[in-house]
Amino acid sequence: MNRSIRGVAVVVLLMFLALMANITIGYMTRTDELINDPRNSRVRDEQFGAERGPILVGNTPIVSNVATDTRPYAYQRTYLDGPLYAPITGYYSYLYGRSKLEQQYNAELTGQADSQFTQRIFETLSGKQPSGGVIQTTIRPQVQQAAWEALGRRTGAVVALDYTTGEIIAWVSSPSYDPSELSALDFDATAQSWNSLVSNPANPMSDRATQEAYPPGSTFKMVVAAAALANGYAPDTMIDTPAQMQLPESTAVLPNQSNCGDTQKSLDEAFTLSCNTTFANVAMSLGEKKIADQAAAFGFGAGLGSDINSAASTYPSGLSSAQLAMSGIGQFDVAATPLQMAMVAGAIANDGVVMEPYVVSQVRTTNESVVSKHSPTKMSQAMDANNAKALQQMMGHVVTQGTGTAAQTQGLTIAGKTGTAETSAGGVSHSWFVGYSPENHVAITIFLADPQGAVAAGLTPHIMGAVG
Amino acid sequence: MSETQVVYYKRRNTELLLVLTASILGIGGWLLTHLNRDGSIPVSAWWMFVAWLAICVGAHLIVRWRIPYADPVILPSVLTLNGLGLSMIHRIDVGWDPPTDAVTMQLIWTILGVLLFAAVLIRLRDYRLLQGLSYVLFLIGMAFLLLPLVPGLASANNAANGSQIWIEVFGHSFQPAEIAKIVLTLAFASYLTENRDLLQLAGRQVLGFHLPRLRDLIPIGVMWGAALVVLVFENDLGTSLLFYGLFVMMLFVATSQIRWVVIGVGAFVIAAGVVGRAAPHVATRVSSWLDPFSDFERNYQIIAAQYGMAWGGLFGRGWGQGRPGLTPVASSDFISAAITEELGVAGLMAVLTIYLLMVSRSLRIGLTSTDVFGKLLACGFSFVFALQIFAIIGGVTRLLPLTGLTTPFMSQGGSSLVANWLIVAILLQVSHQARRPVSTLEASAPVEPIADDATAVIGRRGER
Repeated sequence: MNRSIRGVAVVVLLMFLALMANITIGYMTRTDELINDPRNSRVRDEQFGAERGPILVGNTPIVSNVATDTRPYAYQRTYLDGPLYAPITGYYSYLYGRSKLEQQYNAELTGQADSQFTQRIFETLSGKQPSGGVIQTTIRPQVQQAAWEALGRRTGAVVALDYTTGEIIAWVSSPSYDPSELSALDFDATAQSWNSLVSNPANPMSDRATQEAYPPGSTFKMVVAAAALANGYAPDTMIDTPAQMQLPESTAVLPNQSNCGDTQKSLDEAFTLSCNTTFANVAMSLGEKKIADQAAAFGFGAGLGSDINSAASTYPSGLSSAQLAMSGIGQFDVAATPLQMAMVAGAIANDGVVMEPYVVSQVRTTNESVVSKHSPTKMSQAMDANNAKALQQMMGHVVTQGTGTAAQTQGLTIAGKTGTAETSAGGVSHSWFVGYSPENHVAITIFLADPQGAVAAGLTPHIMGAVG
Repeated sequence: MSETQVVYYKRRNTELLLVLTASILGIGGWLLTHLNRDGSIPVSAWWMFVAWLAICVGAHLIVRWRIPYADPVILPSVLTLNGLGLSMIHRIDVGWDPPTDAVTMQLIWTILGVLLFAAVLIRLRDYRLLQGLSYVLFLIGMAFLLLPLVPGLASANNAANGSQIWIEVFGHSFQPAEIAKIVLTLAFASYLTENRDLLQLAGRQVLGFHLPRLRDLIPIGVMWGAALVVLVFENDLGTSLLFYGLFVMMLFVATSQIRWVVIGVGAFVIAAGVVGRAAPHVATRVSSWLDPFSDFERNYQIIAAQYGMAWGGLFGRGWGQGRPGLTPVASSDFISAAITEELGVAGLMAVLTIYLLMVSRSLRIGLTSTDVFGKLLACGFSFVFALQIFAIIGGVTRLLPLTGLTTPFMSQGGSSLVANWLIVAILLQVSHQARRPVSTLEASAPVEPIADDATAVIGRRGER
C-alpha cells in the first residue's frame, strides 16, 4: 500500500506545483494588462485619492490637496476661489475625469512625468512617498480679480497677456463654476452638480476666453488695417466712405454705425471712427487671400499655446464680394477667441512680433527645485515693425479721440480698438475692446457677450489700473 | 525485524513552539490591519489576541493530554490558516462602511470546531471504532452530496457563481458537501478495508489487461453517476472532482492497482466531454474560465478578483491597505484572492506552502499507520484537502473553471470549518495510534507486513 501512497503524494505535489506555476505565470503575463485596465477601479481610485501637486498663482496655491478620512481616498482636490480660476485650472473629478491644467499637467501633478524621473528615484531610495510636482502659473491674482469684478454678472471673458513674453496674466470667463463641486468625494452630489452645470443654459463650464470663438466685429479692422499697411496703404491713404453702401450681388445695405460723413476718410480716421464702409472697400480691394494671410500670421487657424490649447479662430474662405466686404468688418463667418484678439493687439504693440502665449511658467518639485521651465518663444513676425508702429498710432487715436475714449485710464497710455458684433438676427450685440498699454506692455481683450448696456471699453480702467 | 520496535518522540514541545508562532502569524494580520488603517491597535484587538492565543494553546493542551504521539506539525499549520482566515474576514469586515461583523460568527464557529476537535479526542479513544457500516454511511454521504438538488433547500448563496452547492436550513446556509466528505471518506475506507482483496484479485485476464468483475465495478459506477449528477445539476466541477477523485484515489491506494485509476479517469473524462458538449451551462462555465473578459457582467466576480490580485503584485498592499471588498463574496470563495491582494503573490505562495505541509504530513500519517483502515482514512482525508485546495485556488487563479468550494480553514463558513476540524481530529488520532510505542497498544489489529514494501517509513531515531 505504501507504494501507492507515495504515488498519491507525487500527484498531490504535482497539483501544488501546477497551482504555483500558474500563479507565477499569471503574475508575469497578466499583471500589466490588469493594472492598466480602465475598469480596474482599485487603480483608478488609488490615483484619484493619491497626493497631487498644487497649482500656484503667485505664491498662493489655488488648487491643493486636503487630507480626508473618506476611504479609500487619502486626499481631496480643493479649489481656492474656484469660479475665478476654473477656466485655467479645470476640474479633477472621479466620475468626469479631468480638464484644463489638471489634465494637461496630470503627469507632472502626480509626479509621473518623464522630467520628474530623477526625483522619483531619489524619493523611492530615501523611502519617501513620491510626491507630485508644483505647477506655477503666470496669472497675476490682482488683475484676475479685477477682471472678474469688472465682468460682474455679465456673460463674457477677459484675457490679458504680457505681449513681450506671451505670459497670460488674466484669464477670466463669466459665468463660471466651482470645480470643488466636481472633485468632491460624495459622488452622488458630484453627479448632481455636473448635471445641473451641463443643463444650465448660461453654460457656466464653457471657457469663453480661449475655447469659444465669436464674431470679432470691428476689432477685426486691426487685422484688415495690418493687411492694408502691408499692401501699399498708408494711414493717410484716402478711401471712399459712403454713409451706406449697397453690397455687390446682394440686396443688403451696409450702413456706418458712427458719424463718418459721406465722402472719403483716411485709413487712420476711418479706423479711429470705425467706419464700416471704408473697411468694406479696403477688404474688397485687398481680396480674400491677403486678409487671410494676415490673419494667419497673427495666429488664426490654429490652436494657440501648448499649455492652453485654445480653440482656433477662423477667417472664412471662398467668399463672394458681399461676404468679403462683411468679413472686412469682422462679420460674416469670421470668428475669433478673446485670446486671439489679445494676441493681435499684443503683436501690433510688440512691433509685429507674435509671442506664443503660455500660462505655466515652471514645474517645480515640492522642495522648490525647478523641474521644467517655459521660456518666451516667438511664434511669428506678423507685421513689418514700421507698419506696426503706424498701426500703434492709429490704435492710440481710437482711445484719445475715437470710439474707445471710455478705455482711457489714469496714469497709463492705452491704445486699442472697439467692436460691436451682431450675432444673429435679433440677437444681442457683443461688445469688444481689444487694446494694450505700452507702459506695462500688457495686451488685453475685454469681451461682453451680453453687455447689459455697458461697453467693453468702459471696463478697461478698472482692469488695466490693477496691472499698474 | 519483528524484534525491532520503533518509538517516536512525542515532540509536544516542538508543537507548542509552532503553535505559539502560528497563533501570532495568524492573529498578527488582525493587529496589523488596525495598525495600518487606524495607526493604533484598539483594546478589542488585544482581547482578540489573548482569546486566540488561549484557543491555540487550549487545542495544543488537548493534544498533549489525549494524543501525545500525534504529528506535531499539522495542528500548528491548521491554526495558522484558521488565524489568517479570521484576520482576513475581520479585515474585510472593517473595509465596509459601516463595518460588518462576519468575523464574530466565524470565531464562534472556530471555537465550536475546536471544541468538537477536543470532544472527538476525548470521546473517541480509537479511530478503528469508526470502521464498519460502510453501506449505511455511503447512503448518508450520497444523500448529503445530492441535498442541494432538493427543491426548496437551495440557498441564495448559490447565485454568486452559478454553482448549486449551498442549501439553506432555518435561515443558515451551509454546504452539505462538507459533511459528505467526512461521511464518504469513512464509508470508502470501511468498504475498501473489507473488500480490497476481492478487488485486487477477482476478475479475468483479457488481452493482458486484468478486468475486474462486473459486480466490483458497481461502486465506482455509482460514484461516476453521482459525479456527473453533481457536475450537470449542481454545475460545480470542483465538487464533482472532489468526491470522484477521492474515491478513485482510495481505490488505487487500497488495491495498489493502476487499472482502477485508468478505468476511473477514463470514464470521467469521456463523460465530462459528452456533458460539456450537451449541457450549455457547463460550456458557459468553461468560457468564463478561459476568457472571462468576454462577458464582463457575468464574470465580474472572477474579473474583480484578478484586478485585486494584479494590484497586490508580488508583495501585496499590506494588511488593511488593499480593497478586497470590491470582489463579491471576498471572504468566502475568494479569500485567497484577498490574501493575494494584501500579502501579494508571495503571501499566496506561503499559504499554499502551509497547505502543502499540512497535506504532506497527513499523507505521512498514511505511510506510518500500521493498519489498512488507518492508512485509507489518512490518505482519503489528505487527498480531500489537496483536491479541495487545488479546485478552489485553481479556480480563483484561473487554472481551472471556478468552483464554489471553500478554502479549507480560511473561508468564511461554519459547516466547512467544523467539518475540517473534525477531520483534523481523526487524522491526529490516526497519527497518535501510528506513532505511539507498540507495547502500549491494547488492540491487536492486523498489521500490514512491511517487509515486501520498498517504501515503508522506518523511524530514524529512538530505535532500540
